[in-house]
Amino acid sequence: MSRFARLCQTSIGAKQVMAVTGLLLFGFVIGHLLGNLLVFAGRDSLNGYAHKLRDLGALLWVVRVVLLVVFLAHVGSALRLWRLNRAARPEPYAVEAHLVTTYAGRTIVMSGLLILAYVVYHLMHFTLGATNPEYLKLMDPKGLPDVYRMMVLGFSNAAVSGVYIVAMILLGFHLSHGLTSFFQTVGLNHPAYNPCFKRVGPVAGVVIAIGYISIPLAVLAGLVK
Amino acid sequence: MNLTLRIWRQRNAQERGSLVSYEAKDISPDMSFLEMLDVVNERLIAKGEEPVAFDHDCREGICGMCSLVINGLAHGGRRATTTCQLHMRHFKDGDVITVEPWRSRAFPVVRDLVVDRTAFDRVIHAGGFVSSNAGGAPDANALPVPRDDAEKAMDAAACIGCGACVASCPNGSAMLFVAAKVSHLAHLPQGHPERAQRVLGMVHQMDLEGFGNCTNHTECEAVCPKEVSISHIAKMNREFIRASVLEA
Ligand code: HEM
Ligand code: FES
Repeated sequence: MSRFARLCQTSIGAKQVMAVTGLLLFGFVIGHLLGNLLVFAGRDSLNGYAHKLRDLGALLWVVRVVLLVVFLAHVGSALRLWRLNRAARPEPYAVEAHLVTTYAGRTIVMSGLLILAYVVYHLMHFTLGATNPEYLKLMDPKGLPDVYRMMVLGFSNAAVSGVYIVAMILLGFHLSHGLTSFFQTVGLNHPAYNPCFKRVGPVAGVVIAIGYISIPLAVLAGLVK
Repeated sequence: MNLTLRIWRQRNAQERGSLVSYEAKDISPDMSFLEMLDVVNERLIAKGEEPVAFDHDCREGICGMCSLVINGLAHGGRRATTTCQLHMRHFKDGDVITVEPWRSRAFPVVRDLVVDRTAFDRVIHAGGFVSSNAGGAPDANALPVPRDDAEKAMDAAACIGCGACVASCPNGSAMLFVAAKVSHLAHLPQGHPERAQRVLGMVHQMDLEGFGNCTNHTECEAVCPKEVSISHIAKMNREFIRASVLEA
């Protein structure tokens, strides 16, 4: 174990932690999106799905704890590397210029930190009921917790939707650089596949952002009510 | 052509430096950047002022001594070009050109534009060599090396250790330099016996020297005068994972 901890402290080891945890979070983001999109299939579909998740019981808690550990490892590693990277250039350049780096790449720590802030708010809003305790009491006619109503009520508030939309755009930027980075970090680099690796991040970022944003937009437009 | 130079002047490692402006008049577009600085220095000396200190040696793009961040880009940012091979015809009459040293905690400024790059030597000491006695030159093809491996090793060996990768990386990472050395030897049979120790040792030393960590900006590859590819960084990542899992 101490050997593993030592490896995670090296520059490349810490990057492997970022990459593996990043990929797991990416998997979660996809799964969460697919679940949320059930809102378009109607109240019963979404509430039934949410109920099945709750019914997992102990397994749900295992997944939650694993996600939390993965998230903390990703953020912890990111902040440590960020601190080291800043220390690596104490005297900045008077003239800053770049040739190829992308906006998403240069802002990855910022997008990450804002996503972190958003996740905290999101959990307080929909999962813990800290901001809107009444959400957790909503029941549908079948007697299931009414996740559908909660979404509609939540996103009917333009400010809540706005924050959500901005956060999802940031997630798109983060994944645009992050997912493409993943391949290089774990050593996947081959002339035959590099064009694909380069594209998959930006494409996934855009698709995921649009997927999530479609929900508040549909609520605000009155398509989902 | 007439130019305005803003050059970083710093007396020694302890004192703080600053950008100082100089007028460089009647510069020939056929001069290299370093020849232009030579002219500026001759005029400074004639006026009794201290000339600008900068590193150089071969002046033909093969030794890796010249450096300089020119308008924010290492070696001026032209493809496959060292500062000594950068010509003034790429600038326009009346340009203001800012010239700074490599900026990295691991490369402290010695004077003006000269930085101390011995951190790279210490990284090499930590494993960037083959320690078995190879004897005389072997017969051709006595030790078969697949063509692709030979090509990749050669591409990595093209690294001249100038440090432009560190200078250009927004994180001040030395991954491209270290990767070039690791990948070069990992592709050749002579490098295999010490493969694991090499990558673990060199990465450890790279971290100790205070270089930053790669976040795949790929600026290093873009400025590298020898066009060393970031595919070598991926190779080093694989070597590191392999060594961590199988050995150590
Ligand atoms: C749902 C949340 C998140 C997802 C899906 C995600 C995904 C990813 C992925 C796939 C990578 C690529 C790993 C690599 O470089 O190989 C990455 C990198 C990174 N993430 Fe995240 N991340 C999330 C949250 C965060 C948070 C909260 C931070 C907080 C600071 C953060 C900071 C970073 C940083 C600094 C990198 C390094 C970028 C690089 O190496 O180029 N991420 N992320
Ligand atoms: S002086 Fe030798 S490479 Fe430029």
